[in-house]
Amino acid sequence: MTVAQLAERLHLECLALPAPDREIDGAYAGDLLSWVMGRAGTDCLWATIMNNMNVLAVATLADVSVTVICEGCEVSDDLRNAAMEKGVNLVRTELPIYELCVAVSEVLR
Amino acid sequence: MSEPLVYTFLVDGDNFTSAGEASVKMKKNLRMLAIAPDIIRRVAIAMYEGEINMVIHAGGGTATVSVHNDKIEIVLEDKGPGIADVELAMREGFSTAPETIRNLGFGAGMGLPNMKRNTDSMTIESTVGVGTRITMTVNL
Repeated sequence: MTVAQLAERLHLECLALPAPDREIDGAYAGDLLSWVMGRAGTDCLWATIMNNMNVLAVATLADVSVTVICEGCEVSDDLRNAAMEKGVNLVRTELPIYELCVAVSEVLR
Repeated sequence: MSEPLVYTFLVDGDNFTSAGEASVKMKKNLRMLAIAPDIIRRVAIAMYEGEINMVIHAGGGTATVSVHNDKIEIVLEDKGPGIADVELAMREGFSTAPETIRNLGFGAGMGLPNMKRNTDSMTIESTVGVGTRITMTVNL
C-alpha cells in the first residue's frame, strides 16, 4: 500500500507528501530518536509524538516511507516546509500511537 | 588501487536543529556512487549518531568520510571535553546528555552503541580536556 492510499484510508492529515506513491513496508512506533534510528526498518511507517526538526533527519536517514505525528501534536510551518524540501512524507492524526498502529495493522494485513 | 574519494564536513556545534545535515549530504553522495542501500543506511546512521554526539557534547567538530574500493571510513574529530570512561559510555542506556536534549528525543544512551552496531570496526581515542577522535569503517 502506498503512503497516499494509507493516508486516505485512515483519514490522516497530509502535511507534506513529496513522495505519495512510496510503498509502506511495516511500521515502527517510538519517540526516542536514536532508538528509532537504530531500529526502524527501511520503508516502514514511523509513528511518533515527536515534532522537532530532528524528526526529519531521523526519517531521512532511517529511510522510513512516512512519518505520522500522533495525538494531534502541533506541527510548525517550519517543520512542514522543511519536510517538503527534504522529501519526507509527513502526516498527522488525532489518534494515540497505539490506536494508529492498530489501524495501520488492519489495513496493511 | 585507486585513490579514495574523500568528503569533509564541518559540524556546527551551535545549531541543534541542523544537526544531521552532514549525514544527509553524505547519504546523497553515496547514492550517486551507487553504493548498496543497506551500506548507505549503516554509514548514515553511524555518522548521524556521531554528528549528534559532537553537537550535544563537544560544540561541534569535523566529519571526514573516505570511500575506498573495499570500505568506507568515517572519522569524527572534536575538541570537546573527551570521554572519561569509554567502556561506560559504550553501555546502552548510559548518557550524560542534559535534560533539554532528552526532551528532544535524544540522550537515550544509544548513540555510541548504534555506531558500533552499524559498523564493522570502531575505535575511540579520547583524552579528557583535549577531545575525541572516533574512526569507524564499513566494509564494502
